[in-house]
Amino acid sequence: MTTPELAVKCRQLVKTYDTGDQKITALQGIDLDIHMGELMMLVGPSGCGKTTLISIIAGILDQDSGQCDVFGVDWLHLSSKDKLLFRAQNIGFVFQAYNLLPTLTAAENVAVPLIINGVKRQLAVRKAAELLEKVGLGKRAESLPSQLSGGQQQRVAIARSLVHNPRLIVCDEPTSALDHQTGIHVIELLKSVAVTSDRALIIVTHDARIFDYADRIAKMDDGHIDSVAVVTQHSQFNKEVEDVT
Amino acid sequence: MNYIALKMLMGDRGKYLGIVMGLTFASLIMTQQPAIFVGLMARSFSFISDVGLPDIWVMDPKVQFVDDIKPLQDTELYRVRGVEGVDWAMPLYKGMIKARLYDGTFQTCNVTGLDDTTLIGGPPVMLKGKLEDLRRSDGVIVDIDGARDKLAKKPATSGGKPVPLDIGDTLELNDRRAVVVGIAKNTRTFQSQPIIYTTYSRAMLYAPRERKLLSFVLVKAKPGEDIARLVQRIRDSTGLAAYTQDEFKTLTVNYFLKNTGIPINFGISVLLGFIVGAAIAGQTFYNFTLENLRQFGVLKAMGTSNWVLLRMILLQAVLVGSIGYGMGVGLTALFGYAMRNTILAFKFPWQLLVFSATGVTLIVAFAALISIRKVIKLEPAVVFKG
Ligand SMILES: Nc1ncnc2c1ncn2[C@@H]1O[C@H](COP(=O)(O)OP(=O)(O)O)[C@@H](O)[C@H]1O
Ligand SMILES: [Mg+2]
Repeated sequence: MTTPELAVKCRQLVKTYDTGDQKITALQGIDLDIHMGELMMLVGPSGCGKTTLISIIAGILDQDSGQCDVFGVDWLHLSSKDKLLFRAQNIGFVFQAYNLLPTLTAAENVAVPLIINGVKRQLAVRKAAELLEKVGLGKRAESLPSQLSGGQQQRVAIARSLVHNPRLIVCDEPTSALDHQTGIHVIELLKSVAVTSDRALIIVTHDARIFDYADRIAKMDDGHIDSVAVVTQHSQFNKEVEDVT
Repeated sequence: MNYIALKMLMGDRGKYLGIVMGLTFASLIMTQQPAIFVGLMARSFSFISDVGLPDIWVMDPKVQFVDDIKPLQDTELYRVRGVEGVDWAMPLYKGMIKARLYDGTFQTCNVTGLDDTTLIGGPPVMLKGKLEDLRRSDGVIVDIDGARDKLAKKPATSGGKPVPLDIGDTLELNDRRAVVVGIAKNTRTFQSQPIIYTTYSRAMLYAPRERKLLSFVLVKAKPGEDIARLVQRIRDSTGLAAYTQDEFKTLTVNYFLKNTGIPINFGISVLLGFIVGAAIAGQTFYNFTLENLRQFGVLKAMGTSNWVLLRMILLQAVLVGSIGYGMGVGLTALFGYAMRNTILAFKFPWQLLVFSATGVTLIVAFAALISIRKVIKLEPAVVFKG
């Protein structure tokens, strides 16, 4: 077999939000595969359903119909308890707004997924500090998020998404709150430490400056996947996507 | 996760202090006010406690509380003495008599007349003189508060301090001479009149002429006698009311509880403390949860169960509850200690600890409950919302 193992397999995924007075169909039949070892970017105009899609992929939102397998398991077939366990062990999160716990130190923040998985605090914090070393924040392990710059906070968040060695990492607009140079540093960090052969990354972004770092880019519009392109000729693709957005 | 919960709470200094202070306030009010209330209520029967010794008090059946004097015939004393199981029975006079002071002014005094031979029912503490000195002619014992205040003599020089009444000074009670032979210390009562002790027979002379003057018959049961049975026997054979010491205290307290606004006033204070404390602490705690909702959402997304989140919030609630409760109770104890030598009534029985603990628990449980509800209903998908 030459095709790599599938990390995510979405088929005819439909999601409708019912706000009472109106129904918004955010996903109208999504088909998408994400392979192991790949960095997939999800791009498209605001409101086209990107966040909805990765929420379902990450198992924090239920689809209305269709199938969403993550490592061969459909979220819908898991009990709520198994779902929590599956998320705790397999999914890493990176958010646009970092979402660090403001009263925990950097190392403690990074340790949270380990603690959720039952690792003793001291051990978890030690492992977290090692990982902070890896993302270049070894000296800031004891700092509170408020004492760190945006880029540093996002690096802490990346360390947090990796610390429990999950097989899938979902990132929603990880560079959007950062200036150009810092954004590039963050995506380079993700590319260098997060991407491994037994892990898949899915990054929602509208930040054209980082498209080059993707292995493939899925373009979404109005609840559909328009196209999935392999990124080979970076500059040319950049232009193309910039035209779309 | 407990560690995370605690750091979440204590890391937010301002809110944490706000919650703890709200709970401290509630706990303080819910302990201190009832302590004053209990202290005040205990004053209603301090005369009974001060008399102390007798097992049983016998009186007119219509008497509603200790200061509600309905005199008996002197012969009732002998009827009570005749009841089987009575070791001894002594007369006690209690009544208001006008005293004429040095300067010719009058002051109503609370006069207690004790059995001439045994002097049972005397003051709890003698500061000057001896109880036996009452046997000296015209002897009376005056309580220190009355001696210093309402019975005090005019200052020697104008503008000076009044001179407390002392041993050797004289008064006129109902036109009869009375010589102070002792100064006593009484437990405070509701009555503000000076208290004067004398013998029963002398009290009969001081008291205004009336057909009946015997206020109470004080009874001691024979050793090994069943007090409740004896009470019943006295009732049956004399037709009078008879109460054990505790029953008479209860009768008196209940009268004040039912017939004065005191319980309502204190009830309102306590309720206000509870409501204000609940509002401040509950509101701040809930706000704290709301502000951390995103953090709870992140924990949820990362695989934390509702059960664990519930335990985290409960732990936070228990922590602020315990600290607030402890500080409130501690402040109340300090308050009571600071006020120990003042006129203020204050009693701090352990039941009050349970009472305020229950109040604080209710507040905290309520705050935790609405917070937990919010967190449990929270959709983890909010973490990706801007
Ligand atoms: N919780 C929600 N309730 C109602 N409508 C929602 C909710 N979340 C998203 N939507 C709607 O669904 C559509 C897709 O939203 P979203 O997935 O956030 O898009 P994107 O991330 O691409 O901007 C939008 O029209 C949005 O208004
Ligand atoms: Mg979005």
